[in-house]
Amino acid sequence: MKKYLLTSIKLTAVLLVLLAVLYPLFLSAVGKLARGKGNGETVSVNGKVVGYANIGQKFTEDKYFWSRPSAVDYNAAGSAGSNKGPTNPDYLKTVQDRIDTFLVHNPGVKKEDIPAELVTASGSGLDPDLSPAGAKIQVKRIAAARHISEDKLNALVDEQTVKPLLGMFGPAKVNVLKLNATLDEMQ
Amino acid sequence: MNTELTGVIVTFIITVLLAIPLGRYIAKVFAVERTVTDFMNPVEKFIYRFCGIDPQKEMNWKEFLKALLTINMLWFVYAFFMLLFQDKLPLNPDGNPAQTPDLAFNTAISFLVNCDLQHYSGESGVTYLTQLFVVTFLQFVSAATGIAALVGVFNALKAKTTNNLGNFWQIFTKTITRILLPVCIIIAILFTFNGMPSSFAGKDTIVTMQGDTVGVSRGPVAGMVAIKHLGTNGGGWFGANSAHPLENPNYFTSMLELIAQTVIPIAMLFAMGLYIKRKKFAYVIFGIMTIGMLCLLVPTMVSEISGSPAIAKLGVSQPTGAMEGKEVRFGPAASGYWSIITTVISTGSVNSMHDSSMPVSGLMQLLGMMINAFYGGCGVGILNYYIYIIIAVFISGLMVGRTPEFMGHKVEAREVKIAALVTLLSAFLIKGGAALAAYFVAHHGDMAWAVKPSAWLNNPSYHGFSEMLYEFTSANANNGSGFEGLGDNNIFWNVSTGFVLILARFLPIIGPVAIAGLLAKKKYVPESAGTLKTDSLTFGMMTMAVIIIINALSYFPALALGPISEALRGAN
Repeated sequence: MKKYLLTSIKLTAVLLVLLAVLYPLFLSAVGKLARGKGNGETVSVNGKVVGYANIGQKFTEDKYFWSRPSAVDYNAAGSAGSNKGPTNPDYLKTVQDRIDTFLVHNPGVKKEDIPAELVTASGSGLDPDLSPAGAKIQVKRIAAARHISEDKLNALVDEQTVKPLLGMFGPAKVNVLKLNATLDEMQ
Repeated sequence: MNTELTGVIVTFIITVLLAIPLGRYIAKVFAVERTVTDFMNPVEKFIYRFCGIDPQKEMNWKEFLKALLTINMLWFVYAFFMLLFQDKLPLNPDGNPAQTPDLAFNTAISFLVNCDLQHYSGESGVTYLTQLFVVTFLQFVSAATGIAALVGVFNALKAKTTNNLGNFWQIFTKTITRILLPVCIIIAILFTFNGMPSSFAGKDTIVTMQGDTVGVSRGPVAGMVAIKHLGTNGGGWFGANSAHPLENPNYFTSMLELIAQTVIPIAMLFAMGLYIKRKKFAYVIFGIMTIGMLCLLVPTMVSEISGSPAIAKLGVSQPTGAMEGKEVRFGPAASGYWSIITTVISTGSVNSMHDSSMPVSGLMQLLGMMINAFYGGCGVGILNYYIYIIIAVFISGLMVGRTPEFMGHKVEAREVKIAALVTLLSAFLIKGGAALAAYFVAHHGDMAWAVKPSAWLNNPSYHGFSEMLYEFTSANANNGSGFEGLGDNNIFWNVSTGFVLILARFLPIIGPVAIAGLLAKKKYVPESAGTLKTDSLTFGMMTMAVIIIINALSYFPALALGPISEALRGAN
């Protein structure tokens, strides 16, 4: 037993150096070559940093594309989902309220055209994206708030849409922060 | 075909295509043949010399297990104290507090046993030091422990009659230097260039476009996420695990994380076929496991892609499927696939919140963890399947009226007893634990714990019961995913799941290693016309039948109270 313990202590020490010191230090050195230098990639508006490209933000003003509901109010220091079960009555009431709010702010939109992502919370509470449909359904409201033509906004969404990986795998998406940053820079 | 489905199918195909050469490579590493990583030789020699290891020394199954258990015990003590005093140690840029003793107990065990149940949130519950020196470190060594135990069993299966399971220290060390570390470096570099942070910079504060001030947690994430998946660990850097956009920034990283967690369990099957020179045996097992996985996957994907009936009633459209708890960049198809992969394999990382999955999906996730042998975790998946094989051999033997044999050795009372005990243990821990928790919720709702039992559940009715059942199932499977609405950071859950974790990890390792060791010692009986052929398709189906019967008998009543009732009620 003593023999095993001594070997265990030494092996643990040497593996700690390899796995907990050298391995992460090597990767952080590699990270310096990546965009954002391993700190995370940021987005700027007129030269001012307004957030991280991959971290969603709360957008509730009419002049912006809204982001998805979030269980943690887009607190990027405490990510989480709602963890509400699909048949939970309180949860379904919350979704109903979100639908009503959306319809009030987006007159003329039909309920059956609202994609579910706009009234359901994401897993991380920090979802940075919308589907192209989720963005386009908001175009009318933003056009009215900003006095830009709907065509121009639709074109902007198309331009910002990220196609599926290699055009074949996964869904298409639009980054809401980048979209709104472009909107502010246009005006 | 839609791009969400092609993404899933291609991810699986790539996994299998990579597992074939990786399996060949793993077999060569343990057979000590020449490989591309022979440049690691000097590193290993240094480790052996520094630690006083004689890599040639043979170990019998008892010595093998003693070495394995001693070093694991050491890691537990080490991890516990690190977490307890993390607030006073360096590398804590966010000023996070120490863990309470019961939380540190749970966390240390949880990572030690490759489970990674997390009753804390990564952003606030650990420091950069403990993320690296406890979490990442244990993610490497617990995976290597599982693989080493399995290779010990391979050594027993390989020889006709032997006492030698190989040298634990050598197998363990080579698992890290030849398999886990090199592959992790490649994966982590790909992550880094896809937007995953890798620097030691602390939490950032930003003012958003709407003028809110929010903190953004970061850290050296990439390396940890690589071993988290490759080692089938699953514990996340951030609270939201691989749903978090810095832990899984895009569809490419999602595919990569899926491939990383599936590839070693499948590769170990192919490695087994080559290493013990029974390829057909390995292919049949791979086939049975794949069929089992698909039986769980297809209903899950169908129910996620069809969307939530309750949401449909509210009148909005669900063009891609159910979206609560899911991320737009992955979509319901890849989220459904991930939820099954992560539960059949004991990873437990998530890219969507399982608590918000459809009831049918929740049922399939639970079944994946209860069976725990459709691929299964690093090393331990095949060990679990091995137990099912021993029982299938026994039952088949009874059916044909011969003494059961497995690979030329008579399977006798002692071995069957061990296998039966390991099987019964799971049912006891899962149902006993869930029953105890349900009792506290029902009868002692006001117990003065950090979270009162009356406040444990995040959802009412059947789904609330599922949350408790899921937690114990996940602990028993050493899985680590959760119905995360459960208020589990309090002394009841920390301690009870802590004990389940230890028992459910080490007994299912000790059991198969002991059986293999006992069998290998026996006299070799050459195959004859009357021998039960364990590499035939018939025997594969027999094993499948045993799996279905054991698990149906064990868990149907508990599942009926949880997800099955919820699904039936939702349908009306």
